[in-house]
Amino acid sequence: MTTTEAIITRSIDARGMACPGPLLNLIGAIRGGQVGDVFEVISSDAGSRTDIPAWTAKAKHELVSVIEEDGYARFIVRKAR
Amino acid sequence: MEDGTLSLILFSGTDDKLGAAAILATGAAAMGRSVNVFLQYWAVDAFRKDRVGADHGVVAEAGADGAALVHRDQVGDRHWSALFRQAKDIGDVRIHACALSMDLFGISKDDLDPLVDDVEGVASFMNDATTGPITFI
Repeated sequence: MTTTEAIITRSIDARGMACPGPLLNLIGAIRGGQVGDVFEVISSDAGSRTDIPAWTAKAKHELVSVIEEDGYARFIVRKAR
Repeated sequence: MEDGTLSLILFSGTDDKLGAAAILATGAAAMGRSVNVFLQYWAVDAFRKDRVGADHGVVAEAGADGAALVHRDQVGDRHWSALFRQAKDIGDVRIHACALSMDLFGISKDDLDPLVDDVEGVASFMNDATTGPITFI
């Protein structure tokens, strides 16, 4: 399995939500999840482009991929600890 | 914490400034930094439990259009009080009310929203603010 084919445990559609809403949703999901769970956050917030990778690195989780779509992006994050 | 505490002195009690402060607190908390908030004057007034959700206005330069913009944005989870609540939920965020301001308004801890942890003097705030920047809003 390649990283882009990771099985998504839960997808969060945060489109339309303003900064830092999508990040807060991701933090909440990760806190409630199990190690190894993979979360997808779909966000149209420009702040998420920098904030989700920065938080994921800081909190020592794994940013599996960022997929750019038209007007939004999908962030795939694996809970690592 | 490793990157130093973010200390915010909130003087203004307008919804736009409180909103900006709440965003800063949330970001710092998310990144694992302790947040040390000191409420003075009009910010203390805005945190009174019977007024948290009231219209606290915006800064003068916003004008009527700016006020409408802020109040359209600050609904539900976007209200500054909700953001402070989320910041406290995800990180180490302490909110202290200035003892002097409390005296000025003649109010006690019981008059404040539960978001406020305690009432303290300025020296205690400064004692907790030694490891990072202090920002006055």
